[in-house]
Amino acid sequence: MGEAAGTYKKVRLIDATGMQRIFARMARELVETVGGAETFALVGIRTRGVPLAQRLALEVERADGTRPPVGLLDITLYRDDLSTVASSPVLKRTEISFPVEAKTIVLCDDVLFTGRTVRAAIDAILDFGRPRRILLAVLVDRGRRELPIEAQFVGKRVSTSATEIVSVTFRETDGHDDVWLLDREAARPVRKRKAAPKGDGPRKGAPARRAAGPEASPAPRRKAAAGAPRRKAPRSGPKRRS
Amino acid sequence: MTRRPDAPSEPLASFAKKDLVDIGSLTRPEIQLVLDTAESMREINQRTIKKVPTLRGKLVANLFFEASTRTRFSFEIAERRLSADSISFSAAGSSVSKGETLLDTARNLMAMKPDAIVIRHQASGAPHFLARNLPCAVVNAGDGTHAHPTQALLDAFTMRRAKGRLEGLRVAICGDVLHSRVARSNVELLTKVGAEVTLAGPRTLLPVAVERTGARVVTRIEDAVDGADVVMMLRVQKERGGGLGFPNDREYFELFGLTPERRRLAKKDAIVMHPGPMNRGVEIDSSVADGPDSVILDQVEAGVAVRMAVLYLLIGASGDE
Amino acid sequence: MNDAPVLITGGRVVDPSRGLDQGLDVLLRDGVVARVDERIAAPKGATVVDAEGLVVAPGFVDLHVHLREPGYEYKETIATGTAAAAAGGFTTVCSMANTSPVVDDAATASFVVRRIRETALVRVFPIGAVSKGLEGKELAEIGLMKAEGIVAVSDDGRPIASGLLMRRALEYASMFDLPVVVHEEDPSLVAGGVMNEGWASTRLGLPGWPAVAESSMVARDVELAALTGARLHVAHVSTRGSLAAVRRARAEGVRVSCEVTPHHLTLTDEDVARSAYDTRFKMNPPLRDEADRAALVEALADGTIDCVATDHAPHHDDEKAMEFAAAPFGVTGLETALAVLVDSFVATRLLPLTRLVEVLSTAPARLFGLPYGTLAEGAAGDVVLFSTDRWTTFSSFRSRSRNSPWADRTLRGRVERTFVRGREVYAAGGPGVVTPASA
Repeated sequence: MGEAAGTYKKVRLIDATGMQRIFARMARELVETVGGAETFALVGIRTRGVPLAQRLALEVERADGTRPPVGLLDITLYRDDLSTVASSPVLKRTEISFPVEAKTIVLCDDVLFTGRTVRAAIDAILDFGRPRRILLAVLVDRGRRELPIEAQFVGKRVSTSATEIVSVTFRETDGHDDVWLLDREAARPVRKRKAAPKGDGPRKGAPARRAAGPEASPAPRRKAAAGAPRRKAPRSGPKRRS
Repeated sequence: MTRRPDAPSEPLASFAKKDLVDIGSLTRPEIQLVLDTAESMREINQRTIKKVPTLRGKLVANLFFEASTRTRFSFEIAERRLSADSISFSAAGSSVSKGETLLDTARNLMAMKPDAIVIRHQASGAPHFLARNLPCAVVNAGDGTHAHPTQALLDAFTMRRAKGRLEGLRVAICGDVLHSRVARSNVELLTKVGAEVTLAGPRTLLPVAVERTGARVVTRIEDAVDGADVVMMLRVQKERGGGLGFPNDREYFELFGLTPERRRLAKKDAIVMHPGPMNRGVEIDSSVADGPDSVILDQVEAGVAVRMAVLYLLIGASGDE
Repeated sequence: MNDAPVLITGGRVVDPSRGLDQGLDVLLRDGVVARVDERIAAPKGATVVDAEGLVVAPGFVDLHVHLREPGYEYKETIATGTAAAAAGGFTTVCSMANTSPVVDDAATASFVVRRIRETALVRVFPIGAVSKGLEGKELAEIGLMKAEGIVAVSDDGRPIASGLLMRRALEYASMFDLPVVVHEEDPSLVAGGVMNEGWASTRLGLPGWPAVAESSMVARDVELAALTGARLHVAHVSTRGSLAAVRRARAEGVRVSCEVTPHHLTLTDEDVARSAYDTRFKMNPPLRDEADRAALVEALADGTIDCVATDHAPHHDDEKAMEFAAAPFGVTGLETALAVLVDSFVATRLLPLTRLVEVLSTAPARLFGLPYGTLAEGAAGDVVLFSTDRWTTFSSFRSRSRNSPWADRTLRGRVERTFVRGREVYAAGGPGVVTPASA
């Protein structure tokens, strides 16, 4: 989608400083709700749930003195839309090197959207054993759920339209921390970008996996990118101008 | 954390194939994709619940026209672990002259709309024949003396896990090469990924022009094993006439069997492989087969992961654009 | 024989029997060649055929076809097989004895001759078996079959493994001046082989049929021919070793001749590999390697090989739709022969046109003592008109079977018209019946 970068309307939702603040707050909430780091484990959903889990683990260590274990989960084999994609997505390794039995498992993902990825992740976790409970931490909750799934720890809530894309980048995976709201429908170039500091917008080729990426992102997101019917979209966060 | 050796320089985004009938039709990146995918599948096989819902609602038909225990079980386990429905048809010993032709059998099966057919057949080329005539995916589980691609992939998987790489590995493949589809597929795969292969066996059991495979060919097993990273022993296939290539088992074992003394010619950390079933005391001494360097049981375990990978890559997605 | 005379005008007449290769008109009347001359005025009531741009040659003669009747009419009949022959420009074919029942006695030979008279579209001469039931044990009724009209004896399809029987066959057949046609393979060396033994068979994992299994038998049989003074004709030679044995024997004055098929001249075992086990590439002897193929072409050009024969071997689709090892050996060849040879050797100038006509017509007729293969005045009115420029797509066949490696392929070279006894039996694009030419 890099080729379309110039034609996206984009609004920055969170910058690097904001992200750091959010991680610290979420870590405090985690410890308060779940208890000490020894009682729970973080499991990042591939791909960008992984850096979120690692950051949260660091912040928990900072707040509580102990770093909780971090697992990596590839949910491809649990996707409910495999039979609708043309070729089998490349698998990434799942690494959960601790027993999940009787533990609190906190699933981490960057964006909560339809809930289908989380459904797949819950099913995957249950194949490793029977955790005491499973919770969910997300950096952005963009609404528009298709399954009855809610996050217990949320960095930021944003109302979005079906055609919008939430683009999350992490230092670890993309070189910088950012969250952007992109709108593909607005094909005409954006003149004024009040919220966007100059020269720091999503660049050509910058990862924005919440778009159409077939890997690890279930169908509804593809649908969004393909331009689902437009609906009235109330919004929060930076004002969107055209 | 598990390291992933031999990561492809250009990762493949997809595996656009209808069938897996031989190694020749796979590119090097495709081979690596299968092996990498098999690593993920291997992880599933370590879990408490060794099953994923990936192939729910898909039907795989296993057609075994030739006796097989390990390969058939391996495919069936792979299918079940991926939640596919599977049916198995075993017709060992049945021949076309006795009734239905292979094409008729396959067409009847197609009426049940399988997503994949796994076929083991005594006739070389039988999987190609089905692949040409049927719309579903066809996986070759061994055809005559031609190919056994999933065996070669699981052998490569086993070598890569044990040695951390395939490129530059020195692999000795010894015994009844003439009748061995395992040897043919292994040589093809290993030379493709840059391993150095030496074939050894009595001249009566080496196929004509075999040196054109790119493998070194010798008739003294010592010359093959010397300095090897991997020693793969082949089964003498008496049912295909392998026994006619030498006077008797005693002479074969004396001249071509893998004894502890011959094993010592290989590198210290070499691994010993055998596709099974073994003729103990003919091509391999029990103390080597059961010894610390033997990865024969790892091969069996790898079989399930590799076959899961192959099935996932072939029929995991819809296949239509 | 009351058909209208046929005048073929403006064609390039190629008749190796008289060393002719020039623009001439040909008049067929009363079933024979009435006149060959520079300009012939059309007689009253004559059908005039414009052969401008076409080659006019004596009808082709195929010493080796399997018409499958009696017994295997689902593969081919004398009627369909000769329709295929006509479409291929063949006006005479010799049918092999491996039918059911085998043509090994006078009664069966007589039956076949009657069926030929009733149903054949071109001339057919039966070949009798060498041994009863093709079993390679006892001699068949060679003398009585000769009286019924056989022109040679052969156990084709099977080798004569016993040297003793082979010797007797040569001695016995020589009394009737019948050539013994041999299908050369040492069964103990072939040992179940289904394709040429070599790099291709190694890759495909198919049992190999080694070249030496043919050439060692040719070597034996030319020795026996030398011993007996009998006439030996080696069917479908396919290896360098066989050619060497034939050359050596011929230099010593042995009466040996041999034929080659269009497929052995043009295809190799690599085509089997490329086809991925396509049974249309399975025949006996098998397609050999490139060195053998090239040697065959050279031997055809230099005269070591006397003639081309198709070994037309029809099989039903159901029989060929099998695993490679299980499918029967054999390919059809009558309809494709000319185009295959023109496409590979004439268009590429590897073989002069006169040699092509010679190996397809004049030479085989002489080998079996048949009075065809010539446009001499008074000779049979068997003529073929063909183009070396036009293309043929083999999408349908007159043969009942279509087990041809060239099915659905397009080749340069096209048979336009075929006449037997002065009567049109084939016209490209039209039904194989007499049609007045629009001239």
